[in-house]
Amino acid sequence: MDIIWQGLVQAVELLVGGDAQVWGIVGLSLLVSGTATAISTALGVPLGLALALGRFPARTGVISVVNSGMGLPPVVVGLGLSLLLWRTGPLGGLHLLYTPGAMVLAQVLLALPLVAGLTLAAVQQLDPRLRLQILALGATRGQLARLLLREIRGPLLGAVMAGFGAVISEVGASLMVGGNILGETRVLTTATVLATGRGEFDVAIALSTILLGLTFLVAGGLTWLQQRGPHLDE
Amino acid sequence: MSEAAPLLEVRELRVRRGRRTVLTLPHLALNPGERLAVIGPNGAGKSTLLEVLALLRPPTQGAVYFQGQPVGGHAAELVRLRRQMAVVFQRPLLLRGTLLENVALGLRLRGQPAAQAAAVAQDWLARLGVAHLAARPAGQVSVGEAQRASLARALATAPAVLLLDEPFAALDSLARHALLGTLDEVLTAAACAVVLVTHDWREVRRLAQRVGVLLGGHLVQLGTVTEVAQHPASADVAALIAAGR
Repeated sequence: MDIIWQGLVQAVELLVGGDAQVWGIVGLSLLVSGTATAISTALGVPLGLALALGRFPARTGVISVVNSGMGLPPVVVGLGLSLLLWRTGPLGGLHLLYTPGAMVLAQVLLALPLVAGLTLAAVQQLDPRLRLQILALGATRGQLARLLLREIRGPLLGAVMAGFGAVISEVGASLMVGGNILGETRVLTTATVLATGRGEFDVAIALSTILLGLTFLVAGGLTWLQQRGPHLDE
Repeated sequence: MSEAAPLLEVRELRVRRGRRTVLTLPHLALNPGERLAVIGPNGAGKSTLLEVLALLRPPTQGAVYFQGQPVGGHAAELVRLRRQMAVVFQRPLLLRGTLLENVALGLRLRGQPAAQAAAVAQDWLARLGVAHLAARPAGQVSVGEAQRASLARALATAPAVLLLDEPFAALDSLARHALLGTLDEVLTAAACAVVLVTHDWREVRRLAQRVGVLLGGHLVQLGTVTEVAQHPASADVAALIAAGR
């Protein structure tokens, strides 16, 4: 119990004491996972909508890929991306390996299927005639998309939360394509793995506590948005 | 465009679902201001016809004509023409928000300023007898009240054609009777053309001037309500009328 208590005390000390190294890790974690979630939302929501509303030959195949992607193991993403970004790999010329950019890319691959799949599921839960009703009211395709997204606002924010939760907590892909370089690519999860490996359990507990707090704060904010009353004005 | 052209018309229409033909209709026309009912049992193809007329479902063969012009499949043209129509389905299908916001929605989609759309919406809610519920969220009203709001939403856009897909089907008999009376008054004042899809002869008698009978995806009789009632084309048509008397 002592070690847990020490860890919690150290977490508070590290944050309150303004430890530059810890704040740097926290900042990079938020930057990488926030950027990945934003990109995944920007791509995944339209993709989910298109899969829900569109009818094209490869639709079922794409949906299968998206659904499979929702359970993609981070280490597999990390391995695949490492091979692509390796100096002699097909994307080696981009010089992205062991940079925050590679970590963002890996996390996008993990969060995108989640956001797209949950958006697709949410739209498919709506009454199919609602789409016809909105079109019958004279909506353009863009207006139809906006109105449908407003109808699924709650599940949509749930999808964003799931995406953020998946990437802020993953370790395998970030470790493999980021390299856990101090001051450059070290994030909360990879730093926790390192501290545990070194037997620095108090530091590991402190970092985990910060990670949990961060996740709770972001999820809390999105939940507040999700639970606010409906509002229809443009 | 010829002055004599019907407002809405279908020619040589055929609609298939998978390998099954669900609707075959050589010709049907709706004139401006006319009230046409289409009656038939479940599965006769009534709702499919309504979706085709509302330009929500492209026909497999044949064409829809609006004011004498064939309707193409271009998205911008479809939106422009749909904005001259309105559809009310069996279920109210209101969106998130208050009844006022729902009724104003069609006007807002057409770019009308919020205040102007709200004023029109409030007026139509009053005509349908639910003005006192304007600020109520859509999820907190009865089905009957929601269907009145749905009708108000359709009429608020001043459509040239109003398409009604069994709008009383989800209501109990009391609410249905009350709404039939209100709708008859409102439609008389609005003077738009109406296509009413129903399986209830009482609704046909109350609201329509002409009626088409749809059985098994085919239009088996078309005439004035009196003609069809007095001279049904077959025993099946007579049975359909008798069931609703």
